[in-house]
Amino acid sequence: MILLLTRILSKIALAITVALLAGCQGGVLDPKGQVGIEEKQLIIVATVLMLLVVIPVIFMTLYFAWKYREGRNEIYEPKWSHSTKIETIVWAVPIVIIIILGVITWKSTHALDPYKPLKSDKEHINVQVVSLNWKWLFIYPDLGIATVNEVAFPADVPVAFNISSDGIMNSFFIPQLGSQIYAMAGMVTKVHLIANEPGTFKGFSSNFSGPGFTGMKFKAIATPNEADFDKWVAKVKASGNALTSASFAELAKDSENHPVEYFGTVKPGLFNDIVMKFMKDYGRVEILKGGPFDSKMMQEMDKLNQNGSMGHDSMSMDHGSVDHNKMKMGQESSDKMNTEADK
Amino acid sequence: MSTTHMNAHVAHDEHHDHHPAPHNVFGFWLYLMTDCLLFASVFATYAVLFMNTAGGVSSKDIFELDFVLVETAALLISSITYGFAMVCAHNRNRAGTLLWLFVTFAFGAVFICMELYEFHHLIEAGNGPQRSAFLTAFFTLVGTHGLHVTAGLIWMAILIVELLKSGFGSRTVTRLSCLSLFWHFLDVVWICVFTFVYLMGAV
Amino acid sequence: MSILGKLSLHSIPYDVPILVGTFCGVVVLASIVIGLITYYKKWGVLWNDWFTSIDHKRLGIMYIVLALVMLLRGFADAMMMRLQLAFATDGGTGYLPPHHYDQIFTAHGVIMIIFMAMPFMIGLMNIVLPLQIGARDVAFPFMNNLSFWLTVGGAILINISLFIGEFAKTGWVAYPPLAGLKFSPDVGVDYYIWALQISGIGTTLTAVNFLATVFKMRAPGMKLMDMPIFTWTCTWANILIALSFPILTAVLAMLTLDRYLDFHFFTIAGGGNSMMYINLFWAWGHPEVYILVLPAFGIFSEVVSTFTGKRLFGYKSMVWATASISVLGFIVWLHHFFTMGSSANVNAFFGVATMIIAIPTGVKLFNWLFTMYRGRLRITVPVMWTLGFMVTFTIGGMTGVLLAVPGADYVLHNSLFLIAHFHNTIIGGAVFGYLAGFAFWFPKAMGFHLNVKLGKAAFWCWLIGFFLAFMPLYVLGFLGMTRRLNHTNNPQWDMWLYIALIGAFVIMAGIACQLLQLYVSFRDRKQNLDTTGDPWNGHTLEWSTASPPQVYNFAEIPTVYDIDAFTDMKEKGTAYVRKDSYAPIHMPKNTKAGMAIAGSVTIMGFALIWHIWWLAALGLLGGFISLVARAYTSDVDYYIQPDEVLRTETAHLDSNNVAKG
Repeated sequence: MILLLTRILSKIALAITVALLAGCQGGVLDPKGQVGIEEKQLIIVATVLMLLVVIPVIFMTLYFAWKYREGRNEIYEPKWSHSTKIETIVWAVPIVIIIILGVITWKSTHALDPYKPLKSDKEHINVQVVSLNWKWLFIYPDLGIATVNEVAFPADVPVAFNISSDGIMNSFFIPQLGSQIYAMAGMVTKVHLIANEPGTFKGFSSNFSGPGFTGMKFKAIATPNEADFDKWVAKVKASGNALTSASFAELAKDSENHPVEYFGTVKPGLFNDIVMKFMKDYGRVEILKGGPFDSKMMQEMDKLNQNGSMGHDSMSMDHGSVDHNKMKMGQESSDKMNTEADK
Repeated sequence: MSTTHMNAHVAHDEHHDHHPAPHNVFGFWLYLMTDCLLFASVFATYAVLFMNTAGGVSSKDIFELDFVLVETAALLISSITYGFAMVCAHNRNRAGTLLWLFVTFAFGAVFICMELYEFHHLIEAGNGPQRSAFLTAFFTLVGTHGLHVTAGLIWMAILIVELLKSGFGSRTVTRLSCLSLFWHFLDVVWICVFTFVYLMGAV
Repeated sequence: MSILGKLSLHSIPYDVPILVGTFCGVVVLASIVIGLITYYKKWGVLWNDWFTSIDHKRLGIMYIVLALVMLLRGFADAMMMRLQLAFATDGGTGYLPPHHYDQIFTAHGVIMIIFMAMPFMIGLMNIVLPLQIGARDVAFPFMNNLSFWLTVGGAILINISLFIGEFAKTGWVAYPPLAGLKFSPDVGVDYYIWALQISGIGTTLTAVNFLATVFKMRAPGMKLMDMPIFTWTCTWANILIALSFPILTAVLAMLTLDRYLDFHFFTIAGGGNSMMYINLFWAWGHPEVYILVLPAFGIFSEVVSTFTGKRLFGYKSMVWATASISVLGFIVWLHHFFTMGSSANVNAFFGVATMIIAIPTGVKLFNWLFTMYRGRLRITVPVMWTLGFMVTFTIGGMTGVLLAVPGADYVLHNSLFLIAHFHNTIIGGAVFGYLAGFAFWFPKAMGFHLNVKLGKAAFWCWLIGFFLAFMPLYVLGFLGMTRRLNHTNNPQWDMWLYIALIGAFVIMAGIACQLLQLYVSFRDRKQNLDTTGDPWNGHTLEWSTASPPQVYNFAEIPTVYDIDAFTDMKEKGTAYVRKDSYAPIHMPKNTKAGMAIAGSVTIMGFALIWHIWWLAALGLLGGFISLVARAYTSDVDYYIQPDEVLRTETAHLDSNNVAKG
């Protein structure tokens, strides 16, 4: 115990110096992407706004406690317990602050909606992300490559991440770029991020997912330009490994602190297969036909069939959209059912 | 509020009764509210899961409305007969109370047997609760109600024994009143089950 | 399957030195306690006057004893986590492998919330609430005893998991699919389920009991808007319990069905929907935090108005603020998962709804401030906790509002910033409140004063320790450190992790001071007796009784004319009136039934965890038979005779006059 304490104390002295020199490097207050920068500003604005109430309250607490303590001859009014003026003010002040903050919240939530594509003059890159036990699989559907625990994209090019899980829920997070989002089996969530400058950023799961959770890290590399990105792609392609259903099954087995892996080719539609493995159980098309979500659903289905990727918002709270994402497999399973019935 | 309250206390002192009946009945109402929330959770679950059939049967395929209608009738009638039992209980008519309790018990038992038959039938056909999330939610919702009815039947049997063995005390009437609340509550829940699960599921 | 289900010798973790050591420690401690009880021949007292008691005051004390024991267990977990994270830096893996560490943080969360904070809150409510409304007991005294033993049953199960099998490795929220059978095939999650389920049912019964008490048993003249503020906040907490705990019961039952009978509520196959678990869990979990903190707010109100010698400022505002917090608390659960990908409208709605809660909370803070204004504040231990709370909680509230902004939550969610926030509100809000209430009502419940010096020392250790332990976590959150990590490899984080560890040691010193305080106060109790029954010049009816209160609370039910009922009586001279004769008092008798039922149910829970079906059936049957047997016994009450009441009352008034000289 004493050993630990001395070790700690010496380290603290060292660390304080380092910290003072380095500032808040690498965290959410050191953003390197547009989304993160806006979120940092939001945090600062909201905090300052709240400090307007918080500081006076803390000050008044200590001041009143000191001023009206026993033994000082301040005014004493034991029966004074109501003042319309004061009560109006104490309700009004927080209300005003919260109204302002509420407006900021409403606007910022829409502006920072992770599902909203980022404005940029460059075409975004599609990356499909699958959380496995306990590593991250990145599939580039347009490039036909895949990687494990390393993802790359050029700086200043927006990236559209489509995220799912092969089992346990995780959360996909690159703190310096901004928003995180859950990775859930049978669902697809989305987050749009961009790096404003090149660099290698830490990424990890921020939702506990079992014994290998701590080692579930990846590197997010923002290359200085597209040529460098192409070099990276060529490197991945050159690896020669192929991600097929069989090699995916192998990859999906539990493993901790998984090394970076490259796959030069990927079975087309693999991401869809992974998602549909669980989503297929979500329903039958007949029940929904003619229902309130019908037309919307049909559009989603068409979209699905066209580009083989999932619908826009496949989230829980928006039941309509959950359901239409279940459509395609619903069709299949209902067909299967009919054949069974025929037998 | 405060006047009734003071009266309650006066009564309390006069009868030297530590738990005047109103406390029990009021407490039981509160319990029913918590039970209501339990059912609400299970209903919400059903609403979320009822389309997730995993390629198995859907609500349209398995509900036989005629059968469920008979089941429903049995439970509704049992509620009415319980009402008769309560009328007799308030008149301290022991034989009448017993008679109507037996009738109620019989209708309740019919309901449970029919439900068990329905479950058995579904499971035999491979449509047990393990088949899909829809069936899971269906079995749980209907089963939770069924478990409550079963508990009500056991309670009723105990009260019948109590009535047979000893006569009417105020304690017995209070207990009958609580069970009465429980029984009618289960009726209301069943009407919701019938409407939202069976009727809306079958059409 | 064997007759013992999944249970075998391999279930005992005799190969884990930490657990073997703990086990030996527990055995030694238990032997000492048992030895002492036997030596002083206290078994009879313990059994007849405490375990079987249906007296709300004694049950309250037992709840608090349970809470303190569980505080030690939960805190030991906390220390182990902080030590692990201080050791396991820069690539080191520390001394706790994930298998063990994951159980510890799960157990820490469950124990601190369900078995420390809840029993502490319910204990204080038990002791004080019936006295405050001028009642002789709660509406259903036997059920009160049963609730207590059900809570104990849950606590026993969670502690058994230390030495037989293991606890859940899922985090205290136990989200499926991780908590499902596929990814957690061991008994850990089953321990979690049954410990929570059994104690949760006890808690629901408590809420029903106290609601009936408050609505049906208030002293004559006490309208709802005359109820003491602590009673009001407890009532809202009870309403929240009655409305939210059934959801927990339901969601745990569903998880049980998934795990035991292969149902598909939350499984990833078969069409299950694990997001539904998360929604239902927080539909309980969010009101739960208000259940914990509202009574604490009530305690602060009582403490501030008592020790300023003033009426509470803005009583009505306080009641309505509590009401709006309770109602709003039910429609904000989604802020626990903004990152699930809901649409911007949904997230924004829940974000704004959450912030609105800051309004009534802010009003409460201002009302406490204006209660101090023009008062005569005596700086006692309860007041110190209150002031400490007002400073600490304001910071926690601020970070809470920040987390309610979805845009900020996208980067702070699940980080140590979140951990710092909720410890800031739960320790700085609820626990400080309970400790204030503990110091405030201790003389009332026990009849003697707590040592002040040690009380103040404990406060300062807790306060400083809290800031040292949790402010670094805010920083770590900003630095991108996520929760539930087993080890780290980031030199920037090290300093903050070390400071947090030092903070934990300081809090440990605070807890040690409190234990020492209890020992010293008990040792010197003869010199510090509270003979007045009203040591603080209190406002409410609990202070009109003796310390500890007479078994029947009130020889005659008082009539209430004012919110500060007892102050009103003292001013009008109607307090401490001697009477020549009293009516006999009807009282409920102690009973073993609560222990029998809860014991059977706990055995059933244990058997179900290990799939010992015959024992589970036996437990269920035992519980049922005990319940019916209790329902049909008529030996449930007795009368306290007028002469005994007269003796007790005279003794109380005499000692009071002596004390006043």
